[in-house]
Amino acid sequence: MKKIVTEKVQKMKTSELIQKLNLRVFNSNQISDAEITGGYTSDLLSDVMGNAAPGQAWLTLQTHKNVAAIASLKDLSAIVLVNNNTPENDMLEAAENEGIAVLGSQLPAFELSAAIYNALQV
Amino acid sequence: MRNYRADIHIHTVLSPCASLEMSPTCIVNEARAKNLQIIGITDHNSTLQCALVQQLASRVGIFTLMGVEVTTREELHCLSFFPSATELSAFQYFLEEKQEHIPNLANKMGYQVVVDEQENIIHEVEYWLHTALSVSVNELEKMVHSLGGIFIPAHIDRPRFSLTSQLGFVPEDLNADAFEIFNPQNLSTFSKNIQHKTFIRNSDSHSPSQIGKVFTQFVMPELSFDAIREALRTNSVIFEDKPNSNLRQ
Repeated sequence: MKKIVTEKVQKMKTSELIQKLNLRVFNSNQISDAEITGGYTSDLLSDVMGNAAPGQAWLTLQTHKNVAAIASLKDLSAIVLVNNNTPENDMLEAAENEGIAVLGSQLPAFELSAAIYNALQV
Repeated sequence: MRNYRADIHIHTVLSPCASLEMSPTCIVNEARAKNLQIIGITDHNSTLQCALVQQLASRVGIFTLMGVEVTTREELHCLSFFPSATELSAFQYFLEEKQEHIPNLANKMGYQVVVDEQENIIHEVEYWLHTALSVSVNELEKMVHSLGGIFIPAHIDRPRFSLTSQLGFVPEDLNADAFEIFNPQNLSTFSKNIQHKTFIRNSDSHSPSQIGKVFTQFVMPELSFDAIREALRTNSVIFEDKPNSNLRQ
């Protein structure tokens, strides 16, 4: 699992990404329309703690509450659940309290990583 | 009060990764030789070998915690123990329901067999037992406790299949009866609130010589499932290298 962010990567608002990739939005409250500066794909939360960078969208299949805590700790822009996963209630609640977007896609991690990467290039 | 020597994380021949020598007979003989008073049987995602171990161990005065090492959907390992065969079989049903039945390639992944007292194979589990169950760690905790069980996240400081590796840190609101630690020196890496909880150490034996090499002493008025649960609740446990232990070895 490698960082997919490169020097060339453009920024994009969370709302633009949602629209462009037709992502599902799990939040019911207002979420911050954070700037997405790249992505990080990993299901080991210890790895994300060590290696994700602020502003990145985090692609994962993990749905535990700790996902929201680590996204907040690392200042990540959004959580994107791959492969039709849905957040556990307390995870969604924790993310809402932090104002972090919890998004979802039916695509598996590989394809969704590529799609987000490409979306950020234009 | 008495100190009871316990090693409650032992795999049998049923676990694909355990040595074929780990029959109930062998485990009980080894536990006796190592002077253990309590053993815990924790195969991956199956309880099918517990009953025979308990039967053999009770003959020689060793108490058996009948349980299982569950792989949750986060791919982290949790020890779960049950008060009697009734709850254990209810939990076995739950395990089978929550497990994806991927065929086991025994020659690659290891044999998964249930044996009798004479070490004859009486059953082979056809699906791979090491896979993650479709149950979250929180759901598992609730299920185990609803059956009156004991819930202990395994080797939480290890770099794989642990709370730390899979979830980044130990959720402070997780209702665990205790946490198993692999290396006591890692205790200081946990938050203060977690450090104050009950920790135990076990061998996580996959072969006979490992049994009892690492153990925890339970300080209890009597030897029973309830007394063990109470010892965990009140942190009446001792292990080697336990920091700030006010109990004498």
